[in-house]
Order: sequence, then structure tokens, then C-alpha cells
Amino acid sequence: MRADGQGIDDEDLAYVLNPFDEVALEEALLIRERSAERVEVVAAGIGPEDCEQQLRVTLAMGADRAIMVPCDEPLDSWNVARILQQLVLRELPQLVLMGKQAIDDDANQAGQFLAALLSWPQATFASRIEFTDGAVQVARETDAGIETVRVRLPAVVTADLRLNQPRYAALTALLRARKAPLERLSAAALGVAIEPRVRVLRLDGASDSRDCRRVASVDELIARLREAKVV
Amino acid sequence: MRILVVAEHDHRAVCVASRSALTFARQCAAASGGSVEWLLLGHSLDLPAADAACYAPVLAADRPALADPLAERYAPVLAAAVAKRRADLLVAASGTFARDSVTRAAGLLGGAMAGDVVGHEFHGGRLRLQRPMYAGAVLATIELCAAPQIITVRPGSYPPAERAETCADVVPLDVPETEGPALSEYLGVASQRAGRPDVSEARVVVSGGRAIRSREDFERLVGGLADACGGAAGSTRPLVDAGIAANEFQVGQTGKIVAPDLYLALGVSGSVQHLAGVKNSKLIAAINRDPEAPIFSAADYGLVADLYEAVPELIVKLRSV
Repeated sequence: MRADGQGIDDEDLAYVLNPFDEVALEEALLIRERSAERVEVVAAGIGPEDCEQQLRVTLAMGADRAIMVPCDEPLDSWNVARILQQLVLRELPQLVLMGKQAIDDDANQAGQFLAALLSWPQATFASRIEFTDGAVQVARETDAGIETVRVRLPAVVTADLRLNQPRYAALTALLRARKAPLERLSAAALGVAIEPRVRVLRLDGASDSRDCRRVASVDELIARLREAKVV
Repeated sequence: MRILVVAEHDHRAVCVASRSALTFARQCAAASGGSVEWLLLGHSLDLPAADAACYAPVLAADRPALADPLAERYAPVLAAAVAKRRADLLVAASGTFARDSVTRAAGLLGGAMAGDVVGHEFHGGRLRLQRPMYAGAVLATIELCAAPQIITVRPGSYPPAERAETCADVVPLDVPETEGPALSEYLGVASQRAGRPDVSEARVVVSGGRAIRSREDFERLVGGLADACGGAAGSTRPLVDAGIAANEFQVGQTGKIVAPDLYLALGVSGSVQHLAGVKNSKLIAAINRDPEAPIFSAADYGLVADLYEAVPELIVKLRSV
């Protein structure tokens, strides 16, 4: 945390691909591998220059192409969705697969925003995906249990961690991906002017720690819990 | 401020989590001089509407198309209700229903949304919101800079609203049917809760971690202790991944966020991701064989023991009084 509470000090941090997005990419690669038809997997990334490294990892994992939208401004989910909307209108995919949330802001919004902007169906928090005629059947992890929906294509599907186990990119593939072509498109070229929706005023560290009192036996634990009137 | 609060329901009554969202809304209305109404969506809503009206006036959209919780059908009705009432704020309890449908509605309403809000204040007439980031390691203070604002509230952060002295009216929500082409179809839900309460609403949550070796052990130890305490059974992610516990039991950053009076962690190591889901519990007690397990530094009471010995003893002794 920066001392002024205005951001994270990322000087010594190594950024990685968002784990949920890694699962989404793996699913796209599996779909391609299992399909009788030709399937193209296009990875898209939005962010500062460093984001190029993550896009090269997607190429090393097996994406056919990658598009980078360089953007130094902090982006909220609304603006990510608006940029993705323009990329979708340009690429016209049958399926947009993305992680259900990013593990920094934990927002869990961009996929739903994108589906709303496109008027496409959505299947969020997917833990299993199967293709049927012109549709995709998705098992969703919800508070009520595993829900199953069938959505018409084209659709937006957001990935939960149990969807698959992402593959590792081989070292040779990583080296090859360093020199692979990578398309760059600015938000302005896509016709998107950033409209901030969320203003972060400050960040504070939050601690989980409590003063743990060790008890010596089950009887003592029960006595303490009874004192606290919780059992 | 004109505020609409989404009333989630179980076909009989409004969920406790939505009543927490109502408390947040009432506080915002009191601070800004405004009004609060429930927004109730579904089909055959007589019972939940009557219950909801005991807390606040109800706007009800009761139609067959809303019988199943499909975001493509719920979101346009939510957005139309906000436009119709010229609401400044649409509030819901954070959970997978709101993350799916209410977030899609926010996408139709211009995207000014804050999820998982745990606190708020008014500053110069503007609403400032606190929400966790980085698996709860950081608390961010934010403002939304467009209208309407869509906010989901972590249930444990606000007490459930109490009934008002008199019941209010139920008014049908008069927005056009938005039956476009069928984008999606609901095929059903599979739940394995075994008659126990849901972890996000229970007063006591008993959770099992990696030390639990089988489905039978989970049911006997975690389920058994949950029953002895009248509580819910929960689990960490590895147990769900291993097929030992059902998905809806998962507690943590990507599972359910809980805030019970007592959280009992059995054989849970205490990963950052898991702790993100339990840190608002009033009391946390942990049983783990490893005295160095990180769960102990996040707990109020710790017992270093093999849960296969300690838990059966706990169940017997709790049941014997």
C-alpha cells in the first residue's frame, strides 16, 4: 500500500494473468481442440504496457491471436466492458469467455455489463460448458447450488475456477511468443472515450488477525463458547 | 434520495440478506431525506409480498416470465423500475443472484455500480462507500460518479431491518412486458443442503477444511456438528474441488461471504482466500492439528487437536445438555 493511501505500491510486484481469465482461456483452447469445425481463439487485454507480457503468455498457452488495448488510465468495469463491446463488434465472436472477476478489485461486473451492452445472453460463474445446437449449456455455481441454463449463441460466459485446470505454457512456446505479432488498438481508435464511473478516494489495509486464546480441551472450548452464548 | 431495494425471497418470505440491504437503504434515506421501497420480482408473489409489506412499501412485478431467476428477464424489469420511479439508488444484497441479474441491470443503467459494500458515510451530501478489494486485504473508499447508482451490500455488515409498526401497501409495478426473443432457458438447480440452513444466513457455521478425508466424514463431522449447533455446514475450496463437499457450501473470496455469530473451522488451514469470506464473523473458533496453522491467528479460540477425535466428543457433549 502506498503511504498516501492512493494506490498499491507495485514497484516490486510481478503481475500475472488473472487466474479466472486463465481458466477462461483454457476453456477456449479446449473448445478448439474438441471441435470438428475450425475455431479461432483470440485473446484480448486492456491495460498499461506491462499487460503485453500477459498477452504473450496467452499466445504461448495457445491463443491464435492477441489484441492489446493500451490504456494507462485506471479502468473500472464499465469502461472495460465498453472497450470489449467495441472489440466484439469488430471481431464478431460466437462466444466471449472471461473470468468471473479480477482478483484485484474483485468486482465481478465486466462480463454482465458486456452482455447487457450487447443484448447477448449471459451465463455467469460457469463450472461446466457443453455445446448443443446453436446454444451452450452451462452449469453455474450459485448460492442455491449448481444451476443449469441453456443460452443461445452468441453469448457471454464468465468462468469460475472449477471449470478446468489451466495448462502451463512451455518455455519454448514462451520464447516463441516473445516475437509473435501482437495487434495494438487504442480505445480512441475503437471509438471509446473513457467515462469514469468509480472514483477511488483511498485505500486502507485491513487485517484479519485476532487475539487467539488457546484452549486445552474440548470441555474448555465448550465452556468458552457457552460463555459467549454462541452455542 | 429515492431508493429501491431488491427483495429476494424464498416464495414465502423476504430473505434476511435483503433485510440487511433494507437497513443500508433506510440509513441512506434518513441521512439524505428520501424514501425507500421494495422491488419484488417473481411469479405467484402473494406470500413474499405480504411479508415484504411489513417492512416497507412494495412494488411488485408478478409475471410468469419471472418464475425462474434468469438475468436476461430480470435485468430489463429492474432497469425499467428504476427509470419509472426515477430512483437514485438501486440496492440489493450481494450474492450470486444480484451479481448476475442486478449487475446486468446496472449495465443497462449506465454502469455506476459498487458491489459488496460493507460501510458508508455521507460527505458533503455525497455517498461514500467502503468495499473490500484484494481478497479483503484492502478496504477501498469510493464514490460513484454517475446516476443512478447501483449498490450491493454485504449482509453481515448491516443488521437485518425490523418490521415497521404498520404494514405498507403492495403496488403492482406497471412496466411493459419486455419479452424479447428467448435468449436463455432455465433448466434447474441441484442443491445438497440436506435441510440445513444456508451458510450465509445461519447463526452458526461449521466449516470443514482439507483435513476432512471423505464425503462420509464431512457429513458425519461437519454436518453432525452443524446439526448439534443448529447451524449450517460450510467448506473450503479444496474440499469442494475434491468432491467431498457440495459447491454451495464453499466459503471464501470466490464462494460465499459469511458473518455468523460463531464460525467453527475444523481442519481449516486458513488461506487468505478463505479468511476473506469469514473475517466478519463475531466469534471464530478453530480446531487444527497443526499449532502453526494460519487459521489460529485469525481465530478468537483455538484448540490444537485431531478433529477426528475432538469433533465426535464435541457433538456428544453439545447434544448431552
